Amino acid sequence: MRQLALALLAAVLLAAAGGPARAERLVISLSTHRVLITSNFTGAELTLFGAVEADGTAAGRAGNYAIVVTVTGPRESVVTWRKERVLGLWINEAARFFVDPPSYLAVLSNRPVEAIAAPERLRRYRVGLRHFVLPQRIGSDVGETSAEDPFREAFVRAKTAEGLYREQSNAVTMLTPSLFRAAITLPANVPTGDYEVEVKLFAEGALVARETTAFEIIKAGFEQFVAHAAREHALAYGLATAALALLFGWLGSVIFRRD
Amino acid sequence: MLIYLPIADLPVNVFLILGMGVAVGFLSGMFGIGGGFLLTPLLIFLGISPAVAVATVSTHIAASSLSGVFSYWRRRALDLALAAMLLAGGLIGTGGGVWLISVLRAAGQLDLAISLSYVTLLGIIGVLMIAESARAIFRTRRGGRETLRRPGSHAWFHGLPLKLRFKQSRIYVSVIPVWAIGTFVGFLGAVMGVGGGFLLVPALIYLMRVPTSVVIGTAMLVTLVTMAAATVLHAATNRSVDVVLALMLMLGGVIGAQFGAQAGQRIRSEQLRMLLGLIVLMVGLRFALGLVVTPEDPYSIQPIEGSP
Repeated sequence: MRQLALALLAAVLLAAAGGPARAERLVISLSTHRVLITSNFTGAELTLFGAVEADGTAAGRAGNYAIVVTVTGPRESVVTWRKERVLGLWINEAARFFVDPPSYLAVLSNRPVEAIAAPERLRRYRVGLRHFVLPQRIGSDVGETSAEDPFREAFVRAKTAEGLYREQSNAVTMLTPSLFRAAITLPANVPTGDYEVEVKLFAEGALVARETTAFEIIKAGFEQFVAHAAREHALAYGLATAALALLFGWLGSVIFRRD
Repeated sequence: MLIYLPIADLPVNVFLILGMGVAVGFLSGMFGIGGGFLLTPLLIFLGISPAVAVATVSTHIAASSLSGVFSYWRRRALDLALAAMLLAGGLIGTGGGVWLISVLRAAGQLDLAISLSYVTLLGIIGVLMIAESARAIFRTRRGGRETLRRPGSHAWFHGLPLKLRFKQSRIYVSVIPVWAIGTFVGFLGAVMGVGGGFLLVPALIYLMRVPTSVVIGTAMLVTLVTMAAATVLHAATNRSVDVVLALMLMLGGVIGAQFGAQAGQRIRSEQLRMLLGLIVLMVGLRFALGLVVTPEDPYSIQPIEGSP
């Protein structure tokens, strides 16, 4: 709770510090705000373009910017299990429930996250996979555990192996000292839903500007038709599928009739 | 060529799925089984979630068993009364199995239960089939006549009430053991995601002494009805039937089953049973390995169903 309060306070202070006194401003644009999943979908790549607009007071910092792009997908609920050996068999013994972690999480930057700011600042601004808040429910308590928590590590490891969590320190390219481009890679198994993109601008280890945008991933065409039918007209969809199975079975026996 | 599956939410190689359909269809045509116990683990291995794999395989089995039912029906080699009685028990068993799945999933022990039931059942049935067919092969080698054991011996369940005469099967038994077999097969079918033909066929032959000629057709009819019902139930409650995946599996399965049936006619029946026994035992051993061998990563993640 205390951490949350601190974060809120920081956000308020930051907002108050903004306005006319702020030296840098971020302007960002996504190549598309809608990714369509069709039958030949095998993943996609989005491009985010951004520019740093600086006034006179920031002149000395130009060209020394660190940019962190955090992309978060729709939330889900996940249990992480740990197997232990019981009577010679490996059995799920201990579990942790993760409360609403993002189904997709990408942290893209133009230099290694640890090199951007001091560790306690990275923690405060939630920069990097290590510092992303992944609350767990243990019994009736909901709390954030340390980055070294074995269940948290295992969760991030599993999501990384699926290609859904990633931290890339070379995915943001500075085109000019104030113009940058970020490549957002979406794997084939990416969940559909609303995605948030947050861009943070650091200069000399301090957060100087942030901006957000969003995109959505939806099914289109035949995929959309099938998914919609299965969701909205479940019984009719089931009956139609069963009828299709019977049709196939009948066709098989007619075409290949041997007796 | 990759195609995106709208319900499983991932792309798969069309030729790989078609090939799997042909291969499993070949075996099911050869041995007269549904092949669910092979197909469900294969799909899960490809990365398809167990819920979608189990539901979609039931659609595939419904299609492949209908082909069989037609040809046995034309030869009048199925017992409608026996099938109806088995189904009466089967529906209760399926309901119980679906309930047990939800309980085990909440406790995180569904994988364990599925693995243990595969190991136990496939192990026992595989060993029994191999032993029985080895004896049969040994007997024919020595030149002895293969005697069909149909003695009038009475097992304990012949004393039970509610006796019914099943004309086609030429048996006169109480319906209680029939219901029990149906319930047991329906229950395990729901838990393991299989049609249960490989359980039903030996149970009818060795326990109920139903003539082999009637058994396969009757088992296929039971499988057809339960799997068609399972397709509708899975679609209506879990929304987990992937029609695109089912279509590819059925297409491959129908083709494979024809070649399998032709190949099966060229092999002696006891050798066929030996071969099936070996396949069943191997799948069982594969599951046993997964339970005993130290996992590379003791941690695993599992999304909670119904989350947004």
